[in-house]
Amino acid sequence: MERNPMRRQLAIMRQSLFDQGYLDEQFIQLEELQDDANPNFVEEVVTLYYRDSARIILNLEQALERKPFDFNKLDGLMHQFKGSSSSIGAKKVKAESTLFREYCKSGNAEGCTRAFQQLKREYDTLKRKLEAYFQLARQAGPAETACRRK
Amino acid sequence: MVLGKGASSSLSRKMVDGVENMVSNCNDFTVLVVDDDPVIRKLHDMHLKKFGLRAQVVENGKKAVDLCHFGTIFNLILMDKEMPIMDGVEATKELRAMGVNSLIVGVTSRDSQYETQTFMEAGLDFCFEKPLTADKISFILQELNKKN
Repeated sequence: MERNPMRRQLAIMRQSLFDQGYLDEQFIQLEELQDDANPNFVEEVVTLYYRDSARIILNLEQALERKPFDFNKLDGLMHQFKGSSSSIGAKKVKAESTLFREYCKSGNAEGCTRAFQQLKREYDTLKRKLEAYFQLARQAGPAETACRRK
Repeated sequence: MVLGKGASSSLSRKMVDGVENMVSNCNDFTVLVVDDDPVIRKLHDMHLKKFGLRAQVVENGKKAVDLCHFGTIFNLILMDKEMPIMDGVEATKELRAMGVNSLIVGVTSRDSQYETQTFMEAGLDFCFEKPLTADKISFILQELNKKN
């Protein structure tokens, strides 16, 4: 049990990310890789994800401006994006990626457009939440004990 | 998860201080991570470090083939399937044609059984869904120990 109020707040924030479906088990895998030698590993990976995936999002936006849609190309781009999103445990983002790919496979242009808009909303929401989480984590300082609950 | 030939069923091992104690000689193994996704490269590199391994990382199959062509030897190659310039299937075929007998483990996010099978037939020893986890790496290192 965290005695430090800020760490308690951090734990509550973390738990809510799982409870509200933003993150899955893969995020815990990232946390388990973090240690004293790499104390910011999770934040580094998430930062890398957002930096790299911004490029894919831009490519998707450009591809969605070209009519008719090249569904193979869109599917290929989303496959890349989904893989990256899975690796940080971005559960809702991954779900929207899957839906987008299903629309690609069925040639549903309107579905792709809708799914992409929803995906960007989830992607941006998660980014804001994780930024707030890491900011609080920096303020709270290192944990007294390694205590992880989902 | 898809396992290849001779797969072990014992995927779970007790972790001691984050380091798998049954692979105490793993510092001798050389590893190559081949993936165009920088997040995956960083993740797999860290996973391997936890087992005391240092990996070289490259972002496409051609770089992996070039490294081996110029004489670098790896005990283990973690090979992504979808990559620009040269994908994992092509790279694996070329490596096997060159006589590379490293343990080559495919890592893919593709859901299709057919595509995973195609990847296996290129010459993989095993194929896993990405990202790798501690359990999967533990299994791979068990197989590496057997091979060496």
